[in-house]
Amino acid sequence: MIEVQQITKRYGQHTALDRINFSVAKGEVLAFLGPNGAGKTTTMRILTCFMPATEGTARVAGFDCADQPIEVKRRIGYLPETPPVYQELTVAEYLTFVGRLRGLSRKTLTASMQREIERLGLGTVQHRLIGNLSRGYRQRVGLAQALLHDPPVLILDEPTVGLDPKQIIEIRELIKNLAGSHSVILSTHILPEATAVCQRVVIISGGRIVAEDTPEQLSARLRQSEKISLTLKSPAADTDSRLKAVQGIQNVFTSSTPGTFLLECELGRDVREEVARVAVTSEWGLLELKTVSMTLEDVFLQLTRHDEGLAQDAVVASVEPTGQPA
Amino acid sequence: MTPVRAIIAKELRSYFVSPVVYVVGAVFLLIVGLLAYLYIVFAGAQAIQLMQMQGTAQINLNDLVFRNLFSSIRFILLIILPILTMRLFAEERKLRTFEFLLTSPIGINEIVAGKFLSVFLVFLGLLGLTGLMPLVLALFSDFDWYPVLTGYLGLILLGALFLSVGVLASALTENQIIAAFVSFGLLLVLWLLAGVGSLLEDTAIGQTVSYVSFMEHYEHLVRGLIDTKDLVYFLSGLALMLFFSHRVVDSTRWK
Repeated sequence: MIEVQQITKRYGQHTALDRINFSVAKGEVLAFLGPNGAGKTTTMRILTCFMPATEGTARVAGFDCADQPIEVKRRIGYLPETPPVYQELTVAEYLTFVGRLRGLSRKTLTASMQREIERLGLGTVQHRLIGNLSRGYRQRVGLAQALLHDPPVLILDEPTVGLDPKQIIEIRELIKNLAGSHSVILSTHILPEATAVCQRVVIISGGRIVAEDTPEQLSARLRQSEKISLTLKSPAADTDSRLKAVQGIQNVFTSSTPGTFLLECELGRDVREEVARVAVTSEWGLLELKTVSMTLEDVFLQLTRHDEGLAQDAVVASVEPTGQPA
Repeated sequence: MTPVRAIIAKELRSYFVSPVVYVVGAVFLLIVGLLAYLYIVFAGAQAIQLMQMQGTAQINLNDLVFRNLFSSIRFILLIILPILTMRLFAEERKLRTFEFLLTSPIGINEIVAGKFLSVFLVFLGLLGLTGLMPLVLALFSDFDWYPVLTGYLGLILLGALFLSVGVLASALTENQIIAAFVSFGLLLVLWLLAGVGSLLEDTAIGQTVSYVSFMEHYEHLVRGLIDTKDLVYFLSGLALMLFFSHRVVDSTRWK
């Protein structure tokens, strides 16, 4: 449905996107992940034909963004970062305007409006001025706008920003339901969102794609070792070296919280039993012993931070959310 | 419903929801009404003077009232029309709806046309209300309708040109105040070119400069002369300004 080949975007000297390649199949939901300024919005703007790419081609539903922008635009529902609403119009007036711009017939428009107003829970506010609505409602009006003409491709720039937790869950459900019949690209920097909604994740950093895979595969691929977190009540001075001596443990990191250790072990080897035995026999006061699976968050940080040491710190920090990195 | 009509409907709605049109309209009509009243009173005073001197009074309302009035309205339009046009594109850019508009399946020419036509309709409405004045005057006096109508044609063409300059200025910036000021400045320069032209007198440059200014073209219409040259001037100026607006809107995508 969407094909991006060797897209490069330069603003003067600054290269915002550097030979980006990816594609989205029909019915697939793709998450675009990256720190601020990574190029997520720029990519979306190129796909929606708002701005042309410096080099490369982007195709949506078989139409080239540079050659047939109108055909592309017809097939895309786009929610920009800021919901594109007119404050002086009511929700119903706004959606009518949007429908007419997209050339919907009067009958289709009435039906589509009803569908979206119901789907996004806008029934109670449909005759209120958008300027008087809260951020969450405006965001939903923005989404209604993107969905109004039932486009095969949806491009959503941070769709859940400004919504309360209940609404976030509702919108995620909505996007999940759209999968299958619609191709969706959504950008986010909320990582659980990507895991919850998307089949595939593209991580972009500094204008380059640094990883592209399913959320599970990504964490598996980057996990070069098993990690175990160990909390002791009264560690001894030689705990470090005693742990290191255990078969299969490659490395022992101490966390800033006293008594917490991060053990790095060989892949596919469970050393928990042995560690427990050592801890008990040495009377260190074993409090907690658990494997640490690498979350998407860790993957993300590891990929977008170039300094190896920093990434390691991040993993330690994620074990100990309250503690300072060692 | 074509996209252009959708844009016109939306813009008109925006104009009449905000107080801008009401304030601008009220001020415009007040000033025009006041000026008309003053010119008529002066004409009346002259008539009385003539009566006393000659016994009969033959005054020309076309010269004493309408020509003066049309000259004055020109200046009022120069000041108020930039206020009407300033929001057209600047506001869209400020509120980030510009991106939405440009990612809708419509051409930029349709956007520019819709925006221009909406403000043009507002202007026609305001101008139409001033039409009450000659109608009332016609009840109590005699005057030649022909130059009044050509004068209105001149105002419509002049207004369209002013508005298209305003559309261009609005497309250039996301700040409405700057948009209003730029269009005011451009129009003032167009006005003063007439003075520059007359300084250079009958040289080729002088004639060209005079031609670029709207002054003599408008003057012809106010005097009741419909010359193709003047119509071409207004319509080509309008087309040029809208074309520039198109280019400016298009170029913002490349930045």
